[in-house]
Amino acid sequence: MSTDTFLPAPDLVAAALPTTLFRFATAGSVDDGKSTLVGRLLHDSKAILADQLDAVARTSADRGFGGAGATGTQAIDLALLTDGLRAEREQGITIDVAYRYFATDRRSFILADCPGHVQYTKNTVTGASTADAVVVLIDARKGVLEQTRRHLSVLQLLRVAHVIVAVNKIDLVDFSEDVFRDIEADVQKVGRELGLGSDGVADLLVIPVSALDGDNVVDRSDRTPWYAGPALLEVLESLPAADELESHLESFRFPVQLVVRPQGALAPDALAGGLDVGAYRDYRAYAGQITEGSVKLGDQVSVLTPGQAPRTTTVIGIDFAGRELAEAAAPQSVALRLADEFDVARGDTIAAAGTVREASADLYAALCWLSPKPLREGAKVLVKHGTRTVQALVRNVTGKLDLASFQLEPTTTLELNDIGHAQLRLAAPLPLENYLHHRRTGAFLVIDPLDGNTLAAGLVNDHPGDHEDERYSI
Amino acid sequence: MSNFPSVAVDPDAAPITNEDLEQSVQDNDAAETPIAAPGVASGLSEPRAGLIEDQPRGAGAGAAIGVAAPGRLSSLDTLESEAIHIIREVVAEFEKPALLFSGGKDSVVMLHLATKAFWPGKVPFPVLHVDTGHNFPEVIEFRDRTVERLGLKLVVGSVQDFIDSGELAERADGTRNPLQTVPLLDAIQRNKFDAVFGGGRRDEDKARAKERILSLRDEFGQWDPRNQRPELWNLYNGRHTVGQHVRAFPISNWTELDVWRYIEREGIELPGLYYAHEREVFARDGMWRAVGEVSRPRENEPVISKTVRYRTVGDMSCTGAVESAAATVRDVVIEVAASTITERGATRADDRISEAAMEDRKKDGYF
Repeated sequence: MSTDTFLPAPDLVAAALPTTLFRFATAGSVDDGKSTLVGRLLHDSKAILADQLDAVARTSADRGFGGAGATGTQAIDLALLTDGLRAEREQGITIDVAYRYFATDRRSFILADCPGHVQYTKNTVTGASTADAVVVLIDARKGVLEQTRRHLSVLQLLRVAHVIVAVNKIDLVDFSEDVFRDIEADVQKVGRELGLGSDGVADLLVIPVSALDGDNVVDRSDRTPWYAGPALLEVLESLPAADELESHLESFRFPVQLVVRPQGALAPDALAGGLDVGAYRDYRAYAGQITEGSVKLGDQVSVLTPGQAPRTTTVIGIDFAGRELAEAAAPQSVALRLADEFDVARGDTIAAAGTVREASADLYAALCWLSPKPLREGAKVLVKHGTRTVQALVRNVTGKLDLASFQLEPTTTLELNDIGHAQLRLAAPLPLENYLHHRRTGAFLVIDPLDGNTLAAGLVNDHPGDHEDERYSI
Repeated sequence: MSNFPSVAVDPDAAPITNEDLEQSVQDNDAAETPIAAPGVASGLSEPRAGLIEDQPRGAGAGAAIGVAAPGRLSSLDTLESEAIHIIREVVAEFEKPALLFSGGKDSVVMLHLATKAFWPGKVPFPVLHVDTGHNFPEVIEFRDRTVERLGLKLVVGSVQDFIDSGELAERADGTRNPLQTVPLLDAIQRNKFDAVFGGGRRDEDKARAKERILSLRDEFGQWDPRNQRPELWNLYNGRHTVGQHVRAFPISNWTELDVWRYIEREGIELPGLYYAHEREVFARDGMWRAVGEVSRPRENEPVISKTVRYRTVGDMSCTGAVESAAATVRDVVIEVAASTITERGATRADDRISEAAMEDRKKDGYF
């Protein structure tokens, strides 16, 4: 009833308090119960509100789902909570990545729910590109499938920091420890082959769950006494987010989005608040989002402009909407003031001095091909890297990854959902960095110059035969 | 530039008060940054309640030196940073953006984010309002005052004008929300806007949950949910062909609770009807409807006086109030955290038409 009076209980004050943000994605094969798991997480963390639940319960009943549930209540099809589009409900499938939101008193979560059947690479790449962690589902009755190997392979390629494998439908194998241990061993074997969880880049956890009944999803289950580890939500609440892991270790990177230069056109509300017009007449700052690392007042930085040698100067201001910060870190959006009046424009990158790899017009990359229009050698495309978009020529397609065997096969073309290696020649040099160490400045988009569609997700590789460290300059 | 003078800490900035300290307990920044002195807001937003009377405003551009602890941003800081990044990307890459501004809380938050993104400069785009002619008068007054305060250009698309000219027909149920699409697309075309910011959030609706942050629309303003561009990392692809435009949703990843916590933290002013007030109402479709010129009770719908507030602010003919005693922003934050129904479920008759009501409207060019 919408005319309810709200009666806040005292503990809800805590629910209104701040948390940190954690982004994760789910990936799985057809019918492994992913939507049910997502529905279970949302339902058991009380992120589903009564009117949403009513609508789902009505639809479940209309379709004769399940009959009476185990606890004597009407069973509901939790998958209906996430399948949002008309076609999805009509066809009973998930078409596109859906974003869901829920919070516990420790964290706010953004969940990218990636469908598993058609276009799974496209969806998994999309969801994983921003995720701090990815949950991969396996059906306990089926174990590790070829598609599981493909998923893990994509996650390794995209350098997702935490990979959690949920062995679902553990109720359907009578909560058998033997079944779980076999699957766990298979997962760890694949992980080792890929380098997941062994090279310090990512960790790999395996959890037995029943999404349908809720075992080990939010709370630890007493039906898996042989499993001493945490429930899925406990893991998600405790893993460090990407910015918590990386920002101290990495060097400062800041693609310039635009120049803030009001030239007297100051905001009336700022003036009404007493802004000193004289002091801001010549205001000039470079606005952007810190993609990696952190910056302090007084830091030496290099300005990287294509076709020019890096210019080094000092940071004299870190502004955020009227506050001057002494320090800022990824992923903060700020505006930087520099000691020297260089000509700095959108597309330039400001980086910690002495840490910058020489800009290059030769781009060696892994491409996740996301378009039905295949890639051919000789194609002219656009490359969007940071805040700069340049023209590029595809010189060679050097191989296609067999995601099941992890081997590179020779090819001259890439098709939808293929992942391959290619060499591109850029119309202007870019400060490219290896994706292996730089999840932001090593990433780029390949765009179709004709219709503007996104063709591929690009991950910068080292030049063949290059030793990366030798390429650092300044 | 090296002797930039005005960012030093202002020694005359007002001292920190108990109210500041109380605020800080609730404030995301409190753990990481020293409490900002009141003058620091530089007029970006209305002062926080409780600071208005007893604190001098406009203590200059005096700025507190804040230290953001790397890697420990609160979720609100992270969402704010993401939204500002998106707003700046769109302004940098498009010829002529505009921001949909209704005076509703999400659009007010959007405008606040835009002022922060371009500080100390003006917001570099106009605001666009599709006026159904059934708006709450206090919201229109708020809209005009805000536009004036920020020195913005206001473009209005009028549903009434289209009805008067016969290009649109009044619906049998009297609801005008679905009629907004035609004036919206007309305003976009006439003004050659190539990007339109909206305050849409993915937690609002199942169709919105699938929409991209930059959402391409064709010549007819239509959204094609099955043919969307993948959105990767923080790289937004806004390329479009002639006739197409893009809807940009910088607060896609915010929830209703995030919006309210942000309004509280930033001291953002909203139209008064978001807070509990006495109002003449009658019950219809399980909602409390305000008595107004376009919202008349039928014979069997007795009018009573109740303490209510609005969770969404739209067309008077289809927006319902909820019974609530939440008179302050803190009360509302707690109420929203405790709420057991969604804001649209609670207050929007137009979204109750069918399970896919929003999807169908969006496909036709709705917000």
